[in-house]
Amino acid sequence: MKAIAAFLCGLMLGVGLIVAQMTNPAKVIAFLDVSGHWDPSLALVMGSALLAAFVGFAWVERRGRPMLSGELALPPRWPVDGHLLGGAALFGIGWGIGGFCPGPAIVGTAALSGDAAVFTGAMLVGMFGANRLAAANAAARRTFSREASDAAQ
Amino acid sequence: MTIDWHAFTPGAALTGGLLIGFAAAFLVLTIGRIAGISGILGNVLPGALAGRPGSGGERGWRIAFLLGLAAAPGLAAVSAVPMPPVESLVDWPWLVAAGLLVGVGTRIGSGCTSGHGVCGLARGSLRSLAATLTFMAFGIATVWLLHHVLQVPA
Repeated sequence: MKAIAAFLCGLMLGVGLIVAQMTNPAKVIAFLDVSGHWDPSLALVMGSALLAAFVGFAWVERRGRPMLSGELALPPRWPVDGHLLGGAALFGIGWGIGGFCPGPAIVGTAALSGDAAVFTGAMLVGMFGANRLAAANAAARRTFSREASDAAQ
Repeated sequence: MTIDWHAFTPGAALTGGLLIGFAAAFLVLTIGRIAGISGILGNVLPGALAGRPGSGGERGWRIAFLLGLAAAPGLAAVSAVPMPPVESLVDWPWLVAAGLLVGVGTRIGSGCTSGHGVCGLARGSLRSLAATLTFMAFGIATVWLLHHVLQVPA
């Protein structure tokens, strides 16, 4: 059941990206190009997406639990830290260079675009590298706290 | 700034946005998860940290979600939805650099356009607001630098 719901959700989101033309990086760059001939379309995509998503989040938070799974697993809303801002800055630079963000990159690759596939391949390498780095940091922190507690004894 | 009215597609933008938002609402209402594509993809890759709520493990629904996303062009082809062209303005070396930055940045920054820009803002997350303003600002600055200052050939 959970997998079917997730599949349908991914499908609907993908069709939304196609209908909104967000899968075309030229359209995304035209939105980010505020100092040139600006195409405001993506502001409307975001606006209507926010409106629909808002209803869903308000409803589920009122309900307290989702319909198919026992727990609501939502990330913290606070605090803002250096990782968040630094990561978002790197993402923004990459988004501005290529005009692809992760969703359209996957949809474009599935539509057999070579450009989208090259981008997606590099993105997977980047994600894997960041995962490895985070895991190494977590392991280092564990070692450090164990050594600290050994020293305390 | 001049608005390019010929390129402006308000009807398609509003319809597509509604579908994206409904999809996000549907996922959280059914299984209680954020429809954030970088998080879903990053957590099925090897090396994802398990144990934190919403991260690591639970590959099943994540893979199903990604398969649904990848099936979208197929559905568009058999229905009447036209698939827009995928027109890159830059060559492959730029796309590789862009992909690496997006991959690393979305993992360190805990989200992308869907997770922070749609879901996070919709639930009033200040972290997502800060992230969205940051990636928008850096995206706009990068496009300005590449296409108006350095004049990288399109």
